[in-house]
Amino acid sequence: MTGAEFVPLSLTPLLIGIFAAVACALPGNFLVLRRQALIGDAISHVVLPGIVVAFLITGTIATLPMMLGAAGAAILAVILIEAIRRLGRIEPGAAMGVVFTTMFAAGVLLLEQSDTSSVHLDVEHALYGNLESLIWLDATGWASLLDPQALGGLPPELPRMAVTLLAVLLFTLVLWRPLKLSTFDEGFARTMGIHTPALGLALVIVAAVAAVAAFDAVGSIIVIAMFICPPAAARMMTDRLETQVGWSVLFAVIAAVSGYVLAGYGPLWLGARDAVSAAGMIATMSGVILALAALFGPCRSRTGAPQQG
Amino acid sequence: MTLELATAQGQTLTDSGIETSPLAIRGLTVSYGQKPAVFSVDMTVQPGAMTAIIGPNGAGKSTLLKAALGIVKPLSGQVQVFGQPLEQQRARIAYVPQRASIDWDFPTRVIDVVLMGLYRELGLLRRIRGGHRKRAMECLARVGMQDFAKRQIGQLSGGQQQRVFLARALAQAADIYLLDEPFAGVDAATEKAIISVLKSLRAEGKTVVVVHHDLATVADYFDNVFLINTRKIAEGPVAEAFTADTLQAAYGGRLATAQVDQLARALG
Repeated sequence: MTGAEFVPLSLTPLLIGIFAAVACALPGNFLVLRRQALIGDAISHVVLPGIVVAFLITGTIATLPMMLGAAGAAILAVILIEAIRRLGRIEPGAAMGVVFTTMFAAGVLLLEQSDTSSVHLDVEHALYGNLESLIWLDATGWASLLDPQALGGLPPELPRMAVTLLAVLLFTLVLWRPLKLSTFDEGFARTMGIHTPALGLALVIVAAVAAVAAFDAVGSIIVIAMFICPPAAARMMTDRLETQVGWSVLFAVIAAVSGYVLAGYGPLWLGARDAVSAAGMIATMSGVILALAALFGPCRSRTGAPQQG
Repeated sequence: MTLELATAQGQTLTDSGIETSPLAIRGLTVSYGQKPAVFSVDMTVQPGAMTAIIGPNGAGKSTLLKAALGIVKPLSGQVQVFGQPLEQQRARIAYVPQRASIDWDFPTRVIDVVLMGLYRELGLLRRIRGGHRKRAMECLARVGMQDFAKRQIGQLSGGQQQRVFLARALAQAADIYLLDEPFAGVDAATEKAIISVLKSLRAEGKTVVVVHHDLATVADYFDNVFLINTRKIAEGPVAEAFTADTLQAAYGGRLATAQVDQLARALG
């Protein structure tokens, strides 16, 4: 494939896919170790009704109202989860399960019942995103990367996802020690003067920001997969957190690239005529990586896990 | 039992010993839900001594320690460390949590855990240098774990894990050491290693407070005891405060026959 084909058609979706995958995988490491991985799942589900309501109110799919709607829905979900957990005296996982399935269902219902035919907002979009459509038609080849006029035509999802990734990266690097310590030993972290409840909330907020930004570009399937699969696979490759996070980033990138390529060309190689969903294939590849790590990773045994009984 | 009563029963912070005590607690009440776990407790830890916190299961021993450290929020009461509020004196406190409270499957190595004791000093971004690693290794050597530095923590025995936690507390280079059940479920060699480190800390003039459950070793290991059963029962030197009467008051009918036998032997 030449630059003239690759740059306009494949470069931007590939980069957006990679940025989204890494932005979700980074906080995913801590969520998985804190046994909170389901939060990513919950967030990516509950934002749907928020986005639909934002559309019904404003009548457009502009970025700001969508983001506000998503954020409002996420806050409502957190409040509902806390309320159900306390009033019902049940564990947080169960409360989350009730809230996010209900809110997602409400979102789908709203979407089906309202007239969204004029805009690109439907159930399929919510699940799979529209990665393949995020093309850069102003580009004519690699030289366009230096052409200000062509750069102006970049899909807005690309800079948005890049900024999100940068923010997630900064959060992870600057607060690395408090995050690591409070995930491993919360009581000890408190005695060091770390405000662990605030830090835990900050982690969930960062995860939510990554989820909402990625949801907009690539749909909820990738978000759910990337919060869990790369970190879980990485955990089985090493016994050091620093190395684990490195592996998770590598796995996220591999899943994004291989998923995108396979979605475009895999069916052709198999003799079929159409490509399959890139987001779906990226999520599938992350699952394949997890399965391979679970089968062959060097650190699979849970030596230090608490005894069940 | 109202909140006002809990506060009223606590003394004010002007009484004797408060200025010099490494850890002074006044009128501390902690509650999980309706029932108080610790009720209106005063405690004045003696400097340069080893103190055992003793009481039956569920008597609030760990809760008292956690509230003193600011890990759990008390309903009322005050904590002073060397005569000042806890927040200003955090650097002078080292803490060893209960081993069972940790996920030992966490991806980290022994040396990394000890280095966590230096996080306060390192701040957010300062690089870990050779000097820091050397200090961490010295702390590991003090507990006899220097050969395990590169091991994943889940691969250690319970006693070895406890010693690594003690090494992390040593790395904190504090003036007061608070340990929550450090002898629970450890082997005899570890118990000996830990008590010898604690005694060497005392010899350096440090203050040691231990939540302890083995009544038979109290007289051997400790200078002072603090008996608690939600309320304070007794506080003072072992010879005065650790008696049949105070134990009866703390444990009531809950002191098992085996424990009574053990005690009879220990107390002679």
